[in-house]
Amino acid sequence: MNISSHRRTRDRVVTVLTYAAMVFVLLLPFALFVGLAVKSDLLFREHSLGDLLFSSVWRPSSGEFGFKPFIVGSVYVTLLAMLISCPICLLSAIHITQYAPTRVAKVVTTAIDILAGIPSVVYGVWGMVGVVPFVGKIAGWCGIQSNGYSILAGGIVLSIMVVPFILNILMEIYRTIPRELTEVSLSLGATRWETIRDVLNRKALPGILAAFGFGFARAFGETMAVLMVVGNVVKIPEGLFDPGYPLPALIANSFGELGSIPEIESALMFAALILLVVVLIFNATLRWLIIKAERY
Amino acid sequence: MMEEKKLSDIRAMVKSHERPARTGRKLGEEVFFRSLMNIASVLIVGVMGIILLSIFYKGVSTFSWSMLLEDMGSGFYLNRGGGIKNAIIGSLYLSLSATLLALLVGLACALCMNVYLVRHRRILNAARFLLDLIWGVPSIIYGAFGFSLMVFFGIKTSLLAGIITVTLFILPIMIRAIDEVMKTVPAGLSESVLSMGSTRSELSYKVYLRQCFPGIVTAVLLAFGRAIGDAASVLYVTGESARTPTSLMDNVTTLPVAIYNQINSPHAATQDKAYASAFILTLVILAISLLSRYISKRYQKYRIY
Repeated sequence: MNISSHRRTRDRVVTVLTYAAMVFVLLLPFALFVGLAVKSDLLFREHSLGDLLFSSVWRPSSGEFGFKPFIVGSVYVTLLAMLISCPICLLSAIHITQYAPTRVAKVVTTAIDILAGIPSVVYGVWGMVGVVPFVGKIAGWCGIQSNGYSILAGGIVLSIMVVPFILNILMEIYRTIPRELTEVSLSLGATRWETIRDVLNRKALPGILAAFGFGFARAFGETMAVLMVVGNVVKIPEGLFDPGYPLPALIANSFGELGSIPEIESALMFAALILLVVVLIFNATLRWLIIKAERY
Repeated sequence: MMEEKKLSDIRAMVKSHERPARTGRKLGEEVFFRSLMNIASVLIVGVMGIILLSIFYKGVSTFSWSMLLEDMGSGFYLNRGGGIKNAIIGSLYLSLSATLLALLVGLACALCMNVYLVRHRRILNAARFLLDLIWGVPSIIYGAFGFSLMVFFGIKTSLLAGIITVTLFILPIMIRAIDEVMKTVPAGLSESVLSMGSTRSELSYKVYLRQCFPGIVTAVLLAFGRAIGDAASVLYVTGESARTPTSLMDNVTTLPVAIYNQINSPHAATQDKAYASAFILTLVILAISLLSRYISKRYQKYRIY
């Protein structure tokens, strides 16, 4: 080796620093999990996991922590959002990648980029100004008493926020399908639509499901915008116009007021832990499925 | 001329063949779904337009220049006047330093994966898997984690705690964006550089850095946009302050948190200021997005290969 010693030492130092950065980053997910788990340990001394997850009594002052209303609230709001945004994303992804002329596709992708950039709080402000009164009005027409702060409002705002996320994955999936599939199908006499329906969609199906799953995980942890429009009442919502109280909103709302009492702090950390575990399980399973699907 | 006409004829022929068979159900189904697709795309663009328009409309009518020049002062949320200068400056301090820190760590991490570990497929796949996992972790969890980290190290709520939390939050975003660009560097480039006798670190920091410069700039701006717009991660680690921060240990209110507090105020005048602040934040984000498009186009020509 004909390297000057100066270059060699510099190479060594830089290499060590580079590896250190890598190790630091790779430890982050474990640190997140361990940090939150240690903090929520206090809660487990007096309550069992089943109690915490399936009891619906939430009285922090008398030491009763049932997370069921929050978990159910989260699931409802997220499912609503997915119900609204999944079909729209799928249709639009097919439109952009298969039918739309370049200029139209560019307009839509720019719109998606802008939607992706808008901060959560701004969505929240818009939700309070635009969506909440609208939902209140609809409730009025249906003859239900509601001020508009409801899981429906949360679901609508959330559905718009996850559109760019899901749509980008979907477009990527349709773009990576080999062109030959389309060509062969068309040359065999299938129409454009039959090609999409019977060939492309079938090929893309695992990817589509994965995109919806990622969207769900993403929406599940969204905090500020949902917090601002969902009403935040500790109760299991029974209808679309009922207020709910999702997990992230619980964490964001009560940190400041209750952070000083150790047991409540521990309960909030446990809430964060539930969120983290749900998101990690979703992401890990879907990644694993994608890797499996790619192999065959 | 002749040739051209022929070509257009052929195009027309191909086009007419691509048209759906004009028989009842088949055609109906395609027309039905195509119109649904058009509606979906129009809906997305329309909603984007509605959001921007209503934010701009509300914001312009409530905006005043004095908001940019005054600190909040005491009793801001109780309608005692004041602007949001401290929130804007605080947000800039916070997100600029977090972006810088995340760039230092993230760049090293992305280089490590693409230059050093490139031959160890298994380790590389595992690393990318872990990175994908934390990429999806919502910001509120970093907020909770940052809070417990703060308690663990005995730091009080401060700008510093906020910077650390936000750095952790944008790190995965940054790494993934840089990694995507570095994956596209052709293997031939690194092979030729290595065969000329350069070390791996020189390959990383002289060749890769320059080759991927446009992508890195885009990644930085993306991460910066996330950092400045996120409220959930800093909600309880930066504390609150009505003055412009002067040191790392000062409490600081960021712009998104200020918006959240303003809109929850019972006073209509303070709520109006929330609209104006949301307008300012949206403008900043849009400017960043435009800038990143421009820069990535402009610097494309300085790439090596």
